Amino acid sequence: MTPAVRRRVFLVAAAAAGALLLWGLTGLPDYGVYNGPYGDVLNRVAVAERSATNVVAAVTFDYRGVDTMGEEYILFAAVLGVAILLRAQRDEHEEPPDEDAADRDAPATSNAVRIVGLTLVGPVVLFGLYLVAHGHLTPGGGFQGGVVLATAALLVYLSGEYVTLRRVSPELVTDVAESVGAASYVAIGLLGVAAGTAFLANVLPLGQPGQLLSAGTILPINAAVGLEVAGGFVLLLSEFLEQTLVIRRPGEVT
Amino acid sequence: MLKFLPYMVAAWLLLVGLYGIVTSRNLVHAITCLSVAQSSTYILLLSVGFERGGTAPVFLDVPVGTRAVDPVVGALTLTDVVVGATVSALLLALAVQAQKHQGTLDPERFGKERD
Repeated sequence: MTPAVRRRVFLVAAAAAGALLLWGLTGLPDYGVYNGPYGDVLNRVAVAERSATNVVAAVTFDYRGVDTMGEEYILFAAVLGVAILLRAQRDEHEEPPDEDAADRDAPATSNAVRIVGLTLVGPVVLFGLYLVAHGHLTPGGGFQGGVVLATAALLVYLSGEYVTLRRVSPELVTDVAESVGAASYVAIGLLGVAAGTAFLANVLPLGQPGQLLSAGTILPINAAVGLEVAGGFVLLLSEFLEQTLVIRRPGEVT
Repeated sequence: MLKFLPYMVAAWLLLVGLYGIVTSRNLVHAITCLSVAQSSTYILLLSVGFERGGTAPVFLDVPVGTRAVDPVVGALTLTDVVVGATVSALLLALAVQAQKHQGTLDPERFGKERD
């Protein structure tokens, strides 16, 4: 199928799909008018039931905890997939790829980038930990905090060398962090079974709403997710960086 | 018109993202287009749960009972964003492989450059 034919086929299909979408979307309640009962019910009962002031976190890690476990394993599987895809390739190509621009060196990292990057690492780590630890109180949580923590590793790479990144986040540490994070979620879920209720039931003491130590299992689940996301994203980062570096500087990093 | 504007934006993003994928001549571009198409779901979910005058469903500074938007769609959007990011990572890894095996990122030229 030539690109022109394909474009025409798509435009016909898109017109039909667009008309269907329009038909469906105009049947939705007007924007700004909320009819569904669930959001209102949860907003009314979640703080009293779960001691979590962030109702989104209460939904994600408690009421919908099993779904979020599936989501966490999607993340786990995707990171695993990337690692496997990019690893097999390294073994296939033993010979160093051609240097595309042997006469041009990559520019050295400027001191400005180095200083700003390294200055930001500490605050970014602190902010990431804050987001993970306060997920049940304020907007944030394990997913957001984990990504912010992984950004700290990116800053180390930006302000230094790939080898520095490797030194501060060895593969073993990121692998273990990701796996332990993923496994802890299930372990916290099994606490409910051990207590004689359902899997992922919130069986830990709930505490007072607004306190750091409150909301039962939501806080430890956030910590587990934060660990897994941070480990997973650093792993993704290193895998992709390793690809470019293997091509750019053969033999230096293997 | 304003009553439907966010829904129209969602429909537009979905279609324009799909158009980008269909006409793409570069896999990285196609993956970005998929992200564009997927971002339509964020807008759709959040628009469905939005309530005029509603605050964020976080009751640390405001008392319970304050009008707030739907927390369920917020949680669903969180899932959506995470899955979107990981799918992009996986697809980009496949694009790296495609470049290595085919010598090009243009799907039209796959199988024509070298074996």
